[in-house]
Order: sequence, then C-alpha cells, then structure tokens
Amino acid sequence: MGNLIKIAFRNLYRQKRRTLLTIAIISVGVIAVLLFSALSGAFKNMMVGQITDSMLGHMQIHRKGYVSSLDNLPLDKTIDAKQMKKMGEILDRIPRVEAYSKRILMGGMLSNYMETTNIKVAGINPKDESIVTPLLTSRIKKGEMLKKGEILLPELVTKGMNLKVGQSIVLIVNNVDGSVNGQNLKIAGIVESVVGPTGKYGYIHIDDAVTVLRMDEPEFSEIAIRLNKISSLDKVTRQISLEIVEMKNKEGEPIFEVHSWQELSPFYNIAKMIDLMSLFINILLVAIVLISILNVMIMAVYERIKEIGTLTAIGTLPGKIRTMFLMEGLFLGFFGSVAGSIIGVILIIATKFAHITIAFGRNENILIDPAIPFDQMALITLVSTIVAVLASLQPAIKASHMDPIEALRYS
Amino acid sequence: MNKIIEMKNISKIYRAGEVDVPALKDITVDINKGTFVSFIGPSGSGKTTLLNLIGALDTPTSGILKVDGAETGRLSTKKRAIFRGENIGFIFQDFNLISVLTVYENVEYPLLMVKETPREKRVKIVNALLEKTGMLDQKAKYPSQLSGGQKQRVAVARALTTSPRIVLADEPTANLDHDTAFMVISLMKKMRDESGVTFIFSTHDPKIVGVVDIIHTLEDGIIMKSEEVTHG
Ligand SMILES: Nc1ncnc2c1ncn2[C@@H]1O[C@H](COP(=O)(O)OP(=O)(O)OP(=O)(O)O)[C@@H](O)[C@H]1O
Ligand SMILES: [Mg+2]
Repeated sequence: MGNLIKIAFRNLYRQKRRTLLTIAIISVGVIAVLLFSALSGAFKNMMVGQITDSMLGHMQIHRKGYVSSLDNLPLDKTIDAKQMKKMGEILDRIPRVEAYSKRILMGGMLSNYMETTNIKVAGINPKDESIVTPLLTSRIKKGEMLKKGEILLPELVTKGMNLKVGQSIVLIVNNVDGSVNGQNLKIAGIVESVVGPTGKYGYIHIDDAVTVLRMDEPEFSEIAIRLNKISSLDKVTRQISLEIVEMKNKEGEPIFEVHSWQELSPFYNIAKMIDLMSLFINILLVAIVLISILNVMIMAVYERIKEIGTLTAIGTLPGKIRTMFLMEGLFLGFFGSVAGSIIGVILIIATKFAHITIAFGRNENILIDPAIPFDQMALITLVSTIVAVLASLQPAIKASHMDPIEALRYS
Repeated sequence: MNKIIEMKNISKIYRAGEVDVPALKDITVDINKGTFVSFIGPSGSGKTTLLNLIGALDTPTSGILKVDGAETGRLSTKKRAIFRGENIGFIFQDFNLISVLTVYENVEYPLLMVKETPREKRVKIVNALLEKTGMLDQKAKYPSQLSGGQKQRVAVARALTTSPRIVLADEPTANLDHDTAFMVISLMKKMRDESGVTFIFSTHDPKIVGVVDIIHTLEDGIIMKSEEVTHG
C-alpha cells in the first residue's frame, strides 16, 4: 500500500502543472461553495432573526381558525382565562421555551380629534413582549416603551396624521358584542414598521386592551413564544402541538393550534430558496470534481499504457494497478478540497473583518456575520474525496483490465 | 538435462478483423533448464509471439505448451499473472523502466509489489543485483538520467530480483548500438552462468548471438533450423 501511495504521488508530481490545475479547479469550486454557504447562511439567519425577533416570535398559538381569518382579527376566536391558565402550565413545563407573550389583537380607528384612520393594535404586556420579540425596543425610533394608558404607534400612521410623542389620541374599537368603545391614550413612542403580515401594528398595554374591549376577564388572541434556541423549532412545535390537541371542545375536536414562524411568514419561502440555491451550488461542485478528475484520470491511463503493460507483464495483479490509479484520484480530490477549505476559511474571516452590511426591509446597515462552517468543510472534503475516487473508478478499472500484449505493443 | 519448456505442435493465429493471421505454425521445440537460447529471424517471423507464449502473456491457439511443467494456456488471466510474477523475468526492447521510480526502486518493485518480500531481504537482493550489473553507484538516479545501455542493465537486474526460472528478453538490444548490445548480451550470459536461470532472447541481429548455446531460426512462423553453438 505504501508503495502504491508513493507511486501515485510521484505520478502526480511528474505531471506538476496538470496536478496543480486540477487541484486549483476543485479548490475554486470548494471556495465558491463555502463562501456562498457562509454568506447566504448568515443572510438567512439575519433575515429569520429580523422576522422572529421584531414581531412574530418563534411560534404562536391560536384558537383554531384564527390564523386563516387574521385580517379580521375576530374577537370570538380567543383563548379564555381558564384555557390560558392550562396553556401557561404546558409552556412552563417545556424547558426549551424561554418566554411567551399573551396578546390581544384588535382592529379599530385612531382619532386625533380632527382626523381618523384605520389601525390594528396588539395589547401586550411590555415586559413579556420585550423578551419574546427583543428587537421591539430597538424599533422604537422616538419616545420609549409604553406604560399603562399609553400607545406605541407605527411610523406610517404618525407621519400621515402628523402625530408627535406625548400627544393624546383616541382609540375606538368594536367590542365582542358589537358595541363601540373608545379610550384616550398618550403616544409613548413611534415604532418602525417591519416587513411581514403583522409588521404595522400599534401596541397598547394588555390591561387597556381588556378595558377598551369591555372584557369581563381577559381573552387572548394569540400567544407568541420564544425558544432558547431556534434550532429546536420543529421539535418544540411538535411537542406543543401534541400537548394542546388534548384540549378539546364538546365535539371532541382540538380547540387550539400552533404555528411556527415558517408557517406564519411569507419569508420562509426566501429562506427555503436560499437552501435550494445552496443545494444547487453543491451539486455543481460535485459535477466539477467528477468531470475534472475523470478527465485527468482518463489522460493518466492513456499516457501510461505501456507502463501499465510492463507492470502487468511482470506480474502485478489488477487490484494493485486499480488501487494505484484510485489513489491518484483520491489525492487530487482530497488536496483540492483541503486547499479550497483553507482558502475559503481565510476569505470568510476576511468578510467578517470587512463588516459587510445590507438593508433588509426598512432596516438598513444590518451586519452580515458569516460563521465558519467547520462541519460543512469536513463534509465537503469527505464528499469531494469520495466523488474523486468514484470518478477515477472507470479509468482505474480500464487500466487494470488492460491486455499486457496490446499495452506493450502500444507506442 | 531436464526440459523447462516443452512445445508440441504449437500454433498461434491472430484474428485481425475478418482475416486470420497465422503467426506461428506447428512449432515443436524443447528448451533445457539453464540454457542460453536465442530466437532469430526477420521482422514478422513470430519471435515476439513465441516469447509471449513462453512468458504466459498469451495462450496458444492449438498445441501443447508446458512451462516448468505447467500448462499455462489453461490458466485464467489472474493465475497467469501470478505465474509470471513467480517464474518469469522480463526484459523489453524499450527497457520499460518505471519512470517515476529510481534505479533502486525499479529493481525492488517486483519484490515489493509482486512477491511482497520483507524489507531486509529486499535490500540485500537489490544491492547484490545492482552490484553485479554494475549499476550500484547509479541507484538513486531516475531512468531518464541513464543511457540506453545503463537502462537495459537495470532491466536485467529487475528481471532477476524475484529469482525467476526463466528470463525472457524480446529484442533487448534493438535500441542499442553494437558495442552496448554486445555488453548487455554478455551481462545476460554472465548472470546465467552465475544463477543458472534459463535465458531466452530474440533478435534479428545475427552478429550478437556468438555467446549463446542454441540458436533457433524462425521464418514465417516456422522454425527453419536449430543449431547448437559450441564454444571454444
Ligand atoms: N496482436 C496482433 N494482431 C494481429 N496480428 C498480429 C498481432 N501480433 C502480431 N501479429 C502478426 O503476427 C506475425 C508475427 O508477429 P511478431 O510480432 O511475433 O513478429 P516478430 O518476429 O516479433 O517481428 P519484429 O521483429 O518486427 O518484432 C506478424 O505477421 C504480425 O503482423
Ligand atoms: Mg517482435
């Protein structure tokens, strides 16, 4: 084996330029994959973070049917106090749940005594909401987080009506029974809108929401949940959904449903698109390795026909000749991908120092912070090496089956 | 003396497309152990074909061929490769050294890759052969750094490393000038004298066969005459 490795190495060295060229081609492919994966992965994480941390949370629980009629914000599809207590117990039991925020959503009218406009408002507990959507505080461009009796207004509404922090407004809403009620609120701050279905909501305190809606006891529209780690999303979604289906109505059907952010935000498709592009670029790399190695190994066998004939004539068994060529392919693939990985990591680190920022939605200067994908590097090296060996298989088998008489006659 | 090669009514027919090319016709010849034999004849007379049969690289179309008692024509491709590795040494017209290996490594190759001899023994055998062929001081060189005569001396050493029963050399001197050719043949003779290995070579150059024991003359696939040479 050692001697086969030595011969393979020497043969690669003999064709220095060709070997370097092949290694360079594979390296470039690996670098492209690593850079693309690192940058697109960073972009994806940033995007997901913006979506979940601004408004959505990682997942949400609603009464069945609420999400499909989200545009109306129906007040009869709610989670009542008793059900909420049970739900709270379930969520408290799951260690992966970091926090949850109960919300009452409503549609209404906003008046500054001269003009009115439509508005959608979420009644929240500011403390819970700040944990579940940590970017909310940074979205407040003017003023500060609301207290009881105050309202956070979306930027677009304040611009249109020329509203300032500290001013008073009236929020007029329909109650569950159909009657209309209004409440005076002070503008605590102005929040930047974010992209997504619920990105242009105003915020009031949950106690004010209960009062203005004239609820006897609080009934919640949704529970937004934040996890310790977003990577456990699928697992926790499944776990919660298994627990809450136990809460059934008189007909024996489950009352509540849980949705992950992926089901609630259209941006999930972009995230999926990025994953798909990653996959394609990986397939491209496999093709590059396959074709370049196949090409080189076919040449190597062709130009060494006489040598193969000699080795076979003096009694070298076909398996050894096959191994000799497979080794050559293996080294090309391995060193190509290792070189590519090293250069790729250097470039990724360089992009970290370059502080690349991009605008996402209305947020500018979001830092793209690529992570070094060590496990992906290992996987790429492994896959490239295996593909290189597979590509060498046909030429190597051809070499090992060569008739020594024909090969020796060849000139 | 006992026979190491027996050939009885051997014929070899190549199929080139639609036509059959008879390369050897009804060859019957025996070769005794330890002799130094030469096949001479013009181009196309069947020398290479005959040596390929003896060397178990090829199988006869008909007839009986025994090499050291074994009917190699009945062996599978793989068995014949093993047989060659154990019993036959080859010397080629174009030297056919492995260009990425040094002189030493070329001679060592059959021991390492074919016979899998332990290291200590290998070193001893290879150095002894390089010494005998006068190539010891060149052992770190690569084939491209050698002259034709030197390459063929290395090839002679390589053919002998595994202590084969027979060494076959197909026109080993065709690419050498007359003096060098004679030197290589003399070296082969010397090696035969020391080891007792049967040496069989082919040539179309009658001037260099002075040292052989037996000359078989081939023409059109037939042995025209066989003469013993008496050395005086
Ligand atoms: N693989 C083959 N296919 C078809 N015909 C062949 C093949 N090998 C040899 N021949 C033919 O067989 C005959 C004998 O060839 P061979 O090579 O044995 O002659 P040779 O005496 O070695 O000639 P040279 O001195 O040119 O090497 C020739 O007519 C040749 O054309
Ligand atoms: Mg010939």
